[in-house]
Amino acid sequence: MFFGLTDKLQEVFKKLRNKGKLTEEDVNAALREIRLALLEADVNYKVVKDFVARIKERAVGQEVIQSLSPAHQVVKIVRDELINLMGGQNARLNLAPKPPTVVMLVGLQGSGKTTTAAKLALSLKKQGRRPLLVAADVYRPAAVKQLQVLGDQIQVPVWSQTGDPVEIAASAVREANHKGYDVVIIDTAGRLHINEELMRELEEIKARVKPHEVLLVVDAMTGQDAVTVAETFHQRLGLDGVVLTKLDGDTRGGAALSIRAVTGCPIKFVGVGEKLDMLEPFHPDRMADRILGMGDVLTLIEKAQSTIDAEQAAAMQKRLLSDDFNLEDFLEHLRQFRKMGPLDHILSLLPGFGGMKKLREELQFDEKELIWAEAIINSMTPEERRHPEIIDGSRKRRIARGSGTTVQDVNRLLKQFEQTKRLIRQFMGSKHLKKKRFPNLKF
Amino acid sequence: MGLFDRLKASLGKVRETFTAKIDNVLRRRKIDEELYEELEDTLILADVGVPATEELLERLRARVKTERVEEAEDLRRLLQEEILRLLGEPVPLLLPPSPPAVILLVGVNGTGKTTTAGKLAYFFRQQGKKVLLAAADTFRAAAIDQLEIWAEKSGSLFVRQKEGSDPAAVVFDALQAAKARGVDVVIADTAGRLHTKSHLMAELGKIVRVAAREVEGAPHEVLLVLDATTGQNALSQARLFKEVTGVTGIVLTKLDGTAKGGVVIAIRKELGLPVKFIGTGEKIEDLAPFNPAEFVKAIFD
Repeated sequence: MFFGLTDKLQEVFKKLRNKGKLTEEDVNAALREIRLALLEADVNYKVVKDFVARIKERAVGQEVIQSLSPAHQVVKIVRDELINLMGGQNARLNLAPKPPTVVMLVGLQGSGKTTTAAKLALSLKKQGRRPLLVAADVYRPAAVKQLQVLGDQIQVPVWSQTGDPVEIAASAVREANHKGYDVVIIDTAGRLHINEELMRELEEIKARVKPHEVLLVVDAMTGQDAVTVAETFHQRLGLDGVVLTKLDGDTRGGAALSIRAVTGCPIKFVGVGEKLDMLEPFHPDRMADRILGMGDVLTLIEKAQSTIDAEQAAAMQKRLLSDDFNLEDFLEHLRQFRKMGPLDHILSLLPGFGGMKKLREELQFDEKELIWAEAIINSMTPEERRHPEIIDGSRKRRIARGSGTTVQDVNRLLKQFEQTKRLIRQFMGSKHLKKKRFPNLKF
Repeated sequence: MGLFDRLKASLGKVRETFTAKIDNVLRRRKIDEELYEELEDTLILADVGVPATEELLERLRARVKTERVEEAEDLRRLLQEEILRLLGEPVPLLLPPSPPAVILLVGVNGTGKTTTAGKLAYFFRQQGKKVLLAAADTFRAAAIDQLEIWAEKSGSLFVRQKEGSDPAAVVFDALQAAKARGVDVVIADTAGRLHTKSHLMAELGKIVRVAAREVEGAPHEVLLVLDATTGQNALSQARLFKEVTGVTGIVLTKLDGTAKGGVVIAIRKELGLPVKFIGTGEKIEDLAPFNPAEFVKAIFD
């Protein structure tokens, strides 16, 4: 995610880095690139204007011109401002002191409300809460059924009735009070922000059930209109936060920047996959790091910690950092990665990956290829796994036969292994990573 | 109400915001740098994107010079003409001389594929065609039920399998049924998928291959369903879906909101893909064939 913007800004700063000092023209050149990159990333043009003006004010000033490494200074300023723009600290879900907490999801058609409702319910359930899902979308054909199917999958009850959405919401809250559910998640119908009648319906639901959280669900691929939509929903309903969905694609997600800047509403969660456990808290600082190509090591580590036990993680980390990373480690790696989720998502979290577009493309393997890779490595002798350089033509033929693959497949796997090794060396060599990130790690 | 008036009415909000902005920019003044800059902002705000916007403005500047245009008001006509030039001629549906015609709907999640399938079925039913809807979205919960409701509403035949079954098998069944029952148009709804998920895209490739094997020249149309609120990512969507499925055109949905869908200009320019239909509401008749000239006229007049 945010790959494009990352690549662009890195290009800009590479140009800056090659010079000793920054002139005002250098800064202007960088700002032009930043402006273009942000516009191409669908950041609202007014937000871009303000952003660029703020950067310029700080960048052309004394601190940059006189600082020893002006390029780093600009990177820092841009990063600070990006974090600033996206809202500083991580915002959480407000839970009511006296249950049930009522959460209401609103948004345009197709933004992902129903899926988000189920994801949110699952995440709360994992935290030991007792959520109740409410199907208040009585308009879209089969919307209620969709929520019921998802509710079944995560074993969370779904409240549904025919009739008026306001009544459905109110009766759901009564049901929660009665049966002791502590979070009520209302999935409302998608609607256009300019549909007066349906917007009024949302106001009525809000007035009736007094939700603690009204969350706007927004597609991360939304263009310039994101701001109009968010502003209108905010004016009518008083939003408490935003959920950004479909961030697992290649969208640069400029909507994340704009919505916060324009409405002041924090982004609380991001959807990063179709599976129901793929909802993550939004961290502005990490997102800014991603934009700037610093990767998102913290999210990766949290993910690793929740899926792999600490001991295994420590061992894995150690091997990752050791020089003699071999095919056995590679296999172990592939297995761990598979546990954590889709590879492209995991890889997108790695530092430096944003700038390595070509490598990223080369490394695109899908889940099926992973199974093959495992079969191929399993067909090697321990000696071959530890010293891949001894694998010659005849060994390759044997390995291919043993794993039911072809010599080309074996070659491809060996190439991928070499690339991974190279990748690891590359970010091992990054001073930023070694000094600033790893001392804080608790494994 | 005629087609054109309906188009005009449903584009009401787009007209209000986009046209009002252009009006504001053009009123009261002479042609200067500031004016070009404001035009640029307006186009960017319509999601036209930086490269297409720059091209439009370059052409405007050149024509202002050669045609000695002095009044800002005259820029409106030039801008209309230039947008029209980028949008190109209307491209008709590529339907085979002998039935069944096979139309595949593809796109990312939540753009309105299932709704479009229903509306498209109705569109062909209105022309007296025998239509079959194929529920090849076997992934999203209740997508099959949703399409079945549309099949009933539009009076179309319906082919389905269980949730989770192979979508290519559903398409295979649908085509067999279509051939046996003399169906004119088969419309297959597929599951939404992000264009970056290679294994899901490969699944679409399989559907296309199965269709081609069963009916000559199929799928005759592969329509990318695109949400008008989408920004520049739409280019990436169009590019990758085109690579895998040979997209032949775009259905631009949700044009009844405030989003302009300007990215289709960039898509036409970069990938040559034309818009074939636009969705302008939630009702079954809210789908219209796209005509660039009428569209530009509806926005500006």
